[in-house]
Amino acid sequence: MTTRNVGLGCALLGALACGGTAAGAAEQITFVSQGGAYQQAQTVAILDPSAKKLGITINQDSIPDAWPAIKTQVGSGKPIWDVVDTPTGNCLRGGEQGLIEKLDFSKIPNGAAMPEAYRSPYSVSYEFYSSVLAFSQKTFPKDAPNSWADFWDVKKFPGRRALRNHPFATLEAALMADGVAPDKLYPLDVDRAFKKLEEIKPHITVWWTSGAQSAQLLNDGEVDMEMAWNGRVSAVAKEGAKVSFTYNQGILQSTSLCILKGAPNRDTAVKFLNEAVDPVHQANLPLHIDYGPGNPKAFETNVIKPERAAQLPSEPSNAAKQALMSYAWWSSPAGEAAEKRWASFMQK
Amino acid sequence: MPTTSVPDPSKKHQRREHALMLALVSPALLVILALIVLPVGWLAWQSVDHDGFTLENYRRVFTEDIYWRSFALTFEISLAVTLIALLLGYPVAYLANSVPKGWSILILALVVLPFWTSVLVRAYAWLALLQRTGVINQFLRYLDVISEPLALVHNTFGTVVATVHILLPFMVLPLYATMQKIPADLMQAGASLGASPSLTFFRVFLPLSMPGVLAGCTMVFVLCLGFYITPELLGGGRTVMVSMLVSRNVELYNQFGAASAVAVVLLVSVLAIFFVVSRFISLDRVLGQK
Repeated sequence: MTTRNVGLGCALLGALACGGTAAGAAEQITFVSQGGAYQQAQTVAILDPSAKKLGITINQDSIPDAWPAIKTQVGSGKPIWDVVDTPTGNCLRGGEQGLIEKLDFSKIPNGAAMPEAYRSPYSVSYEFYSSVLAFSQKTFPKDAPNSWADFWDVKKFPGRRALRNHPFATLEAALMADGVAPDKLYPLDVDRAFKKLEEIKPHITVWWTSGAQSAQLLNDGEVDMEMAWNGRVSAVAKEGAKVSFTYNQGILQSTSLCILKGAPNRDTAVKFLNEAVDPVHQANLPLHIDYGPGNPKAFETNVIKPERAAQLPSEPSNAAKQALMSYAWWSSPAGEAAEKRWASFMQK
Repeated sequence: MPTTSVPDPSKKHQRREHALMLALVSPALLVILALIVLPVGWLAWQSVDHDGFTLENYRRVFTEDIYWRSFALTFEISLAVTLIALLLGYPVAYLANSVPKGWSILILALVVLPFWTSVLVRAYAWLALLQRTGVINQFLRYLDVISEPLALVHNTFGTVVATVHILLPFMVLPLYATMQKIPADLMQAGASLGASPSLTFFRVFLPLSMPGVLAGCTMVFVLCLGFYITPELLGGGRTVMVSMLVSRNVELYNQFGAASAVAVVLLVSVLAIFFVVSRFISLDRVLGQK
């Protein structure tokens, strides 16, 4: 929908809006993210400062799931977006399918300085969130569930449960519940994961599909524990709900920045990519929202206070308790097969 | 009536009128072509075009049992929703038809009013009513009718309840339109011949309202086939209807071809239903208030 709006807007306004400014004024890019509070936060923390520093104009667009739009835009041969902030797996898969530009890290020094696990030939980590075990403090005033094994233990921790209706992180959680160490998950033993999931399936009240839904389930007391994204849980907790979560055995996930193949402003986009993962800009992000910086150097800038850092998923000691999701595995044939298997698992 | 063919000057006139009509509707036809025919054609093309012509996507739809299950579930739910909407909607339409004008406007307004609220808001409203800590469960617990909250939502039951609510106007309005056209004299005639009110209803009124029943049922059934948000939010993830299958296909198979194939199969089933129904009644006569 959003794509068409931009396309239509360009067609209608013609040279006036889309061509005119590009010819006369400064360089520009079109940046796409997921909207909502998250996009607002990054606008203040990263986008506006980057635009100012580079002297470029950043046009924004937003879409909850960028993947279909990336496919159609690049497929049509005339993409209108330049940079997309999207789950890292999309960048990798897009790279393999020729939809995403390969990055030259010599032009992205800030990215080159990041740990190798945080980047790919097509993308660089932009922010981190975590799929954590969240629970109601009303149901569990003490002795709360603290691991996926506890989540699976319906005798010791009776209560209603919810999981995400998606294999990402859910298979990882199942394997950890079955005793696999967080750093020994990949390549995932898919059969074992689904077998473990069959065990908990009868006890799952809701398989949620959107982050808002997961927050509402916990907030309304519809479920007593669930897998949820850390930012969603802390947002509900801030509003006064008696809920909490643990980073223990969380699954650390990231969105990354990547550039569409044949992007109209590729060179400016590369410049922006470097600026966007600058440690100081990155350190600004968690001041506005509960997500962790994609560049770990942000924690060395002293912008993030220690007590704030302790709440963030990618803070080094928190990260150490968690499993880092391997997007490379998920976009491999085995990963895609596991993703497809999810649909039949859900309907059986 | 004599059927001799007289050289008819009005025939030429008629042809000219047809040409004029065609010219007048052509802008609308162009819009339909650009906004409906082309995209649907593109969609259908996507479902068979994947590095050359292939029926793989359709093979999957017709052989893999998750598709069968989804289609079966969708038809079951649509059927249930249609029947419930008919049972609830008929009395409402009947009442609106038999009370004085002012009252019937009020009743119809109450039926149409929820239209102005977004489907999403209504789905969440049902969640607030039906969930474990929701109004209904709290109330029943307060009355000591139940000790454990009932599972009213995050299942097929919740989906059906909310879908009926959302689609009810599509049942009531065609029914009301048809009932309006039934002459009141017929009922009086029936009564004057000695039939009891229930007999006149079942022998006269009900058969005459059948076109409305058929139209309303078709509307509700067909709309229900394509429902997405309501089962997504109230089905708890297990009520996978066909429309959800379309979105899952884009997510899971990462290709539009598979999703398009499902969409095309759904579209063809809907068209088939319309075709069959239109053999029995003319839908535009019921909907177009002629």
